[in-house]
Amino acid sequence: MAPFAGYDMPINYPTGAVEEHLITRRAVGLFDIDHMGQLEISGPGADAFVARMVSAKVSDLAPPMARYSLLLDEPGGVIDDLFVYRFPNSWWIVVNASNRFTDLEWFRAHAPSDVTIVDRSDDTYMIAVQGPKAIELIDAVSDTPVSAIQRFCWGNIHIAGVPVLFGRTGYTGEDGGELFFPADRAIFLWEHLLERGLALGIETKPIGLAARDSLRFEAGMPLHGHEISREINPIEAGFKWACDFEKEFIGREALLAIIERGADRKLVGVEVFGGVPREGYEIAAPGGDVIGKCVAGMFCPSVKKYAANAFVRPEFAKSGTEVAVIIRGQPRNAVLVKRPLYVPAYRR
Amino acid sequence: MAIDASARYLESHEYAKPAGSDMLIGISDHAQAELGDVVFVELPSVGKELAKGSTFGTIESVKAASDLYMPISGKIVEVNEAVKGDPSLVNKDCYGQGWLIRVSPSNSAEFSSLLDAKAYGKAIGEE
Repeated sequence: MAPFAGYDMPINYPTGAVEEHLITRRAVGLFDIDHMGQLEISGPGADAFVARMVSAKVSDLAPPMARYSLLLDEPGGVIDDLFVYRFPNSWWIVVNASNRFTDLEWFRAHAPSDVTIVDRSDDTYMIAVQGPKAIELIDAVSDTPVSAIQRFCWGNIHIAGVPVLFGRTGYTGEDGGELFFPADRAIFLWEHLLERGLALGIETKPIGLAARDSLRFEAGMPLHGHEISREINPIEAGFKWACDFEKEFIGREALLAIIERGADRKLVGVEVFGGVPREGYEIAAPGGDVIGKCVAGMFCPSVKKYAANAFVRPEFAKSGTEVAVIIRGQPRNAVLVKRPLYVPAYRR
Repeated sequence: MAIDASARYLESHEYAKPAGSDMLIGISDHAQAELGDVVFVELPSVGKELAKGSTFGTIESVKAASDLYMPISGKIVEVNEAVKGDPSLVNKDCYGQGWLIRVSPSNSAEFSSLLDAKAYGKAIGEE
């Protein structure tokens, strides 16, 4: 167990980080992600407000759609990345645990008087069910088949009498969903899913933070504080696609200026031979000059590589470029590679 | 925690275990449990001569990286290639298939100066 965003959370269960990762890619992993936050935004001014605040296009969202987006400040730094669900009469915004209060303050500071913002986090439990057999498992326990819910859409279902909001999305690169339900049913629902998985012969295991990290890393998804942060803009991190420049949003002008002059660093994938790259390790050019730094790195169990994400000077940022990663004082051979290392299910 | 009774230990958790006239070197069950899933092991070349206390390689887990220290002085006569290909052997069978290097000892007195199983047990019980 270790502290994470103010919560005490398992780095891994007795299964172990590597096996938990592999289980998620072959069967079903259960993730207790209740530390995450949920904000509900409503009122006559809500639609225009949400559109102005988040980077992605949301004006085309109608129930049951949802979409990934960034929350930027005026200089174009990433306050958070989040998932926006379009409900019939409100917006359901799912945020990182570490940024929940920052996001709430940011939204509230910018909200006009005809917008209501409610923090639903404490009453809402959140778990993720991810893996190639996740939909099969949820279908078997739900009163409404979730296989009928399209990717990046949501639906209201019941599992053993518990009302659940099911969002067909996730942070692993596998199929499955994120489940939102009343917090007082958490232990019941968690144990119910594990029991039913066992009864149905579907390998279902709880997954800790280490595997959560290696799963999202392989699938090319960012972790706030690493690939994106207040000090990193979406252009250098490769998230221009999450920004809709056709509309007005906070950070738009700053990003256009960055695009115009060119980003001064670029996020790249690095495959290392002869050691495990980790956050903070420097990247050196063949001549020895330091050209960048890792923001995340680890052993990747599915693709069986030792890899990192790093920001490097743009002139070095081409796939195939040979570099070195300084691991505990020693330069280790490495090469820049395309991300993601593992193609997410929704892209296959 | 399992402690192999035929081996002797450094406080840093490496063990030396007699195997014929050689010694097998590895890390203890306590060490592998603390490290978590081992994902990378770097070992020296066969033929290298190393002194007690010097580093002979690196072991990396999901959460940590550690140097490996020689519990005795000697010549590396064999390196466990299986562990290099499958580092999880250190977690699964640290005293058996998870051995790291085989050493021909250059100073037979050094083994007895290591912690025996009982003393090592006490040392980790106290940690």
